[in-house]
Formats: sequence, structure tokens, C-alpha cells
Amino acid sequence: MYGKKVKFRAAFILLVLISLVLIIYLSLKTLEDNVVYFLSPTEIQNKEEIKKNEKVRVGGMVKKNSIKSYTNYISFILTDYKNEINVTYSGTIPNLFSEEKGVVAEGTLKDKNYFIANKILAKHDENYMPPKINNSLDSK
Amino acid sequence: MLPGHIGFISLVFSLFISLILFFFIFQDYKSESQAPSLKVYSLSFLQLLTIIISFFCLVLSFVISDFSLAAVYQNSHTTKPLLYKISGTWGNHEGSLLLWLLVLSIFSFCFLVQSKYTPKKYRLLTVLFQNIITIGFLLFVIKTSNPFLNLFPVPNEGLGLNPILQDPALAIHPPILYLGYVGTSIIFSSALSAMIHRFVNPSWADSIKIWILTPWIFLTLGIMLGSIWAYYELGWGGFWFWDPVENVSLMPWFSLTALVHSIIILKKRDTFHSWVLILAIITFTLSMNGTFLVRSGILNSVHTFANDPERGFYILTFLFLLILLSLIIFFIYQPKDNSVKSFFLFSRETAISVNNWFMMFFLSAVLIGTIYPLILEITKDIKISVGAPFFNIIIIPFLVPFLFFMIFGPKLKWIKTNENLMSKKLIFNFFLSLVFSSIIYFFWGKTTLLNSIIFLLGLFLLLTLLFEFLETITKKNKVNIPRIISHFGFGLLIVSISLNTIFSVEMDINLKIGESYKFKKYELKFNSISGKVEKNFNSLLGSFSLIDPKGDISYLKPEIRIYNQPSITTSEANIKTNFFYDRFITMSNIQNSEFFNIRFQQKPMMIWIWISALLISLGGILSVFRQKD
Repeated sequence: MYGKKVKFRAAFILLVLISLVLIIYLSLKTLEDNVVYFLSPTEIQNKEEIKKNEKVRVGGMVKKNSIKSYTNYISFILTDYKNEINVTYSGTIPNLFSEEKGVVAEGTLKDKNYFIANKILAKHDENYMPPKINNSLDSK
Repeated sequence: MLPGHIGFISLVFSLFISLILFFFIFQDYKSESQAPSLKVYSLSFLQLLTIIISFFCLVLSFVISDFSLAAVYQNSHTTKPLLYKISGTWGNHEGSLLLWLLVLSIFSFCFLVQSKYTPKKYRLLTVLFQNIITIGFLLFVIKTSNPFLNLFPVPNEGLGLNPILQDPALAIHPPILYLGYVGTSIIFSSALSAMIHRFVNPSWADSIKIWILTPWIFLTLGIMLGSIWAYYELGWGGFWFWDPVENVSLMPWFSLTALVHSIIILKKRDTFHSWVLILAIITFTLSMNGTFLVRSGILNSVHTFANDPERGFYILTFLFLLILLSLIIFFIYQPKDNSVKSFFLFSRETAISVNNWFMMFFLSAVLIGTIYPLILEITKDIKISVGAPFFNIIIIPFLVPFLFFMIFGPKLKWIKTNENLMSKKLIFNFFLSLVFSSIIYFFWGKTTLLNSIIFLLGLFLLLTLLFEFLETITKKNKVNIPRIISHFGFGLLIVSISLNTIFSVEMDINLKIGESYKFKKYELKFNSISGKVEKNFNSLLGSFSLIDPKGDISYLKPEIRIYNQPSITTSEANIKTNFFYDRFITMSNIQNSEFFNIRFQQKPMMIWIWISALLISLGGILSVFRQKD
């Protein structure tokens, strides 16, 4: 039979393995439900179906003369120069948010043309562009 | 101009010295002498000196606004205040790497001087590994990120430092954080060296403990400073965003914290050898990884710093080689644990293992959440982001058992504990905490059960430690004061954050001048706005009056700054702090409209969050000094 020490070691290693599997399983499971996809207006147009409660991020440029403000919210049009989408937003507006500048908005899609944002992300850099816009501008 | 030239020459000189030092360490290693020769000392000193000179030259170039240097041109401006000219030195990639190098050589030299009671060969080999890292970074700086690169023709005026970075907390944040990051290199080098010399034993643990505590203290303070800055400068009123750049600094903190605990087992009980070594390697890898991820610009973060793929590639290759080296050494020289010291379930060894388990769990969760988006982007070209919800779900529930173990763990004795842990005091504390948390849960009722349980356990931890502390003072018990202070700090952090989440009041609104807005028994009135011209920016100062539920009026003055160079608009939050809460207001203008976007928050216990971080590191500082006795 195995000695006490060996048994203890085996139990210990088993414990470590179990907790490892547990950690990875839990993390991935949680990730699945909490991931936020990053889309461009064109990708939204090309989407086959829209889940209404799914949180997404949309990146693009704020269209010229499109910002309208009201007491409880603002609205603007977000474009990637191919397609555009209407956005309404209530919450903090970062200073770098202005027309013809890049912006990333987080929220839910009502339909393919209408996006309800609950967060606008501030970027530290005034020359920042959402990654996909950068790609599509380069390819022009 | 002159300082720039001297700085660069000094840097190249330093590379040569490091190569010569490399050779002399080998020579010395074979010799029979008892201590490292004077040559090693003086060359190490010269290496440090040349890097200091180089760094000083760069600072000087920033102070005198020498725009013949590209780094100065891109990050400075003549009208900037002196403090931010100096902090501009490390506010950019090139300068910050020179700072990294400076800290690295300071640590190497201090180690050489401080370690005189340890075996010669172990010391020399540690310095050798440090030297390898130094050479790697010297090559990196000179080849890919030379801060002394010249511009011709020389521009008349610089582009200016991003105003968001012009801030006292952020001026000292990078140096402090780097002292933490780079400090872990000593742990790494000495772990490898101790492994080769079969010196992984209690006396090594004793000598290395100070080198584990020092970076831990700086890392704690560095993370706190970054958090304070984000709190008032980014204008969202939060103090932790689970942003990738923040996570990257939190990961080495978790493994370093695990190491701070497990090194005690090695010191007192001469066991856990391999685990301590693995932690030492992991910690440094994570620190290097932090530099790589932030500097390569791979992370899709709110902190978009300048980036360059070539640099990322270099750091990654260098990091890969270091990990390979450490793994090879680990598998060849892995300590053979012939003498497995046995211990019982109810023992301090178990308690510390549990702590380490949790640290590794938090570390893995943060690691997965941070790199998963990167993997998905590379493999499937899908862009995702993992935000606060993921981290909250995966980390917060585990705080419950974690806090529980933190209350009882330190009460356990080494090897075996027979006494009953339940004392009358403990039960009294528990009921007191239960009463408080029940009041909050049932009467205010806007919190979840989980939050209340965490608050309960946090409070329980605080009270238990408070009693322990009082006992120590009155009876002069031999209890570990640094441990009590750090743990108390952590308990305070948990309690403050719980109260902060439960009792925060916030609202976002767009207002025109003269309008007022009512919400939840508060009334906010936008009185007026005034303009002012400052040295390097124009400011718009808003004036608001807030009537709180008690009917008291307070005045708040948020500001919008329009900087000249570079032309950026920032919001300066106006924060009124007292012991119970912060009132936080920011305003920003909306293009093409008369509306201003106002964010008002009342955040309880904010000051206590910073105080608790200070207490956590204070415990570490006391522990360093206690060691010397």
C-alpha cells in the first residue's frame, strides 16, 4: 500500500487540479455572458439578427451637425462613412466627444438604425480613432 | 544640444561598462576570495552613475526645453509649469524606459551593497542576472527607443504634454509604480541564483524578504496613485475601472502579495521551496508583461499611449528568453524537497496556502479577463471588451470565504492548533457586525445580500483586528503589528468600498445656465459661468449651488479647461471632501448647444479608500524596519 505521505501528496495534487479546472471553467462561463462585442455601423447593417438586450460597443465618427441636446439626453449620428446609425445617450459626455471625431459608445441596439447608448468612452488621445474605423479609412 | 549628447554618450558608455562587468563577474566567480572584488563594486557603481547622468541629462533637456530632441519636442512646451516639464521626462515611452533602466540599476547596486552577509557566489550570480536584464534594456532603449534622438531643423516650440497627464499625482505615479515593477527583478535574479547554489533555505528567505516587501510597498502606492488620478481627472468619479492597463498592474500585485505571505513559511518552516521560486518567477514575468502590454499598444484601453509594434516585439522576445532561462534553471536545479515538513489541517501553513490559493485565483481571473480579448482578436478577428461585470461576478463572491479565512487564519499556530478559536470577544464582534449590516440591509434595503455579507465580514475583520491591536498595546503581547496594520487596511478597504457602492448618489443631466434640477430630495442649480485666462490654458468656471436633503446649501465649481498646446479640452472635477463623503461634480460643454453636461455624485467613504491603501503599505514599511532589529 501507499504510505501516508504519498496519499497526502496525491490528494494535494488532485485538489490543485480540481481548483485549476474550476477557475478556468468559472472564468470562461462568466466571460461568455459578459463579453461586449465591438462593431462598426456597417457590421450592424450586415448582421442577420439583432438581440435586443445584448450589450455591444459601436465605434465610428460623429457625423457633422448631427449632435442635438435635450435636458435628459443627447442624440447624434455615428458613421463609418459607409453606413450610419442614430444614437441616443444620457450620461456623462467626455470632453473629447465632438463632431467629426472618433467615438466608442456602449449600449443596446433597438434596431439596425437605432442605438441606445449608456456609456461613451473617453479616450486620452485627441487623435484616437476606433480601431475598425482606422482600418476602413486606411483601405479607402 | 549638449545635455542630449552627453546623455546619449553616457548611455552607450553604460552599455560598455555592463559588458565589462559581465566579464569581471565571471572572473570573480572563479576566484577563491571571500567577497566580490573591488572591480565588481566599482563597475556596478559606474554603471549606475552613467545611467544617472544620462537620466539627469534628459531631465535637464526637458527643463531647458531643448527641442532639438524629438522626445522633448513631442512632449513638452515652453509655457508648461516646471513640475510638468520634469514629469514630462517620464510621461512618454522613451523617457519612461530610461526611468525603468535607472530604477533597475539602483536596485542592482543596492542589492550588491546590502547583501554582504550572504554567500559570495550567490551574490555575484544575482548581480549577473540583474546585469543581463540591464543589458537587455540598455540595448532596447538605444536601439528602439532612444530618448536622445535629434531633430533637424530644430523646432521653435514643442507639441506639449497631454494636459490630462499634467497632474501632481500622475507626475509621481510612474516613478513609484516602476519602483514596484522593477524591484521584482531582484526577486527573480536572486531566486534563480539561490536555486543554482542550493541556497533556497530559511536564511535566503530572511535575506530576500526586504526585497519582496520593498517592491510590494511601492506597487501598492503606485496603484493607489493611479487610482486617485483616475478618480478626479478622468471625471467619471469611479476609482477602479477594470481597464486592461489597470489590470496589468494588479496582476503582479496579487502574485507579490502571495509571495509576501509564502516567504514567511519558507523562513519559519523551511518548506514550500518550489512554490516560492515559482512565485518569484511569475511575479517578475508579470511585471515585464505589464511593460510589454502597455508599451506595445496591444491593449485596447482608455489609456491609449503612443505605441510601436517593433518595441512590443523586442520586449516580447526578451521576456520569452528570460522565461526560458528561468524554466531551464528551474528544471535543472529544482530544489529536492527531501524533508517535507508535515503540518496539520488547522495550522498557519494551511492558512497561508489558502491565502496563496485566493491570490492565484484572483490573478487568473484578471489574467483571463485581460488577455482573452487579445486572443480572440488575433485568432478570430472579433473585437470584444471585458468590463467590470465580468470581474465583479467572478471576484466579489470569492471575497466571502477570503475574508473569513483572513479573520481566522492569522489566529492559527504553526504546525498544529489545538485551542478553540471561538472566544467570547470574537462572538461579541460578530454580533456587533451582524447588527450593523442588518440595519443597512433591512432599513436602506437598496443593496444585495452578497454586498451585505461582505460588509459584515469586513466589519468583523476590522473589529477583530482592533481588539488584537489594543491587546498588544496594553499587554505587550508579541503580536505582529505590521500584519495587523496591513490587514486592518484591507478590512477598511472592503468596508469603505461596500458603503461606497451602497450609498452612492449620482445623476447625469444637461442644463442651461440659470436652470435648476431636482432629484431624490437634492436640488442642483446652475448659477453662472465665468471665463479666465491662465498661463497655458483658458478656463470656464461654472458655479453651482446644491441644496441637500437637510436643506444645507453648498457651492460647487467645476471647470472646463481649454489648453493651448496641444489644444485639448479637459474637465476639472470639483470635489468637496469630508470624512463621510465626497461631493463630486464635473461639467462639459456639448457642441452646437447651450446645454452643459453635468455629472454630480455624492460618494461616501472616498477618503477612507485612500487611507486604507496607505495603511496596507504602512504595514509593509513597518515590517521592513522591524526586520532590521
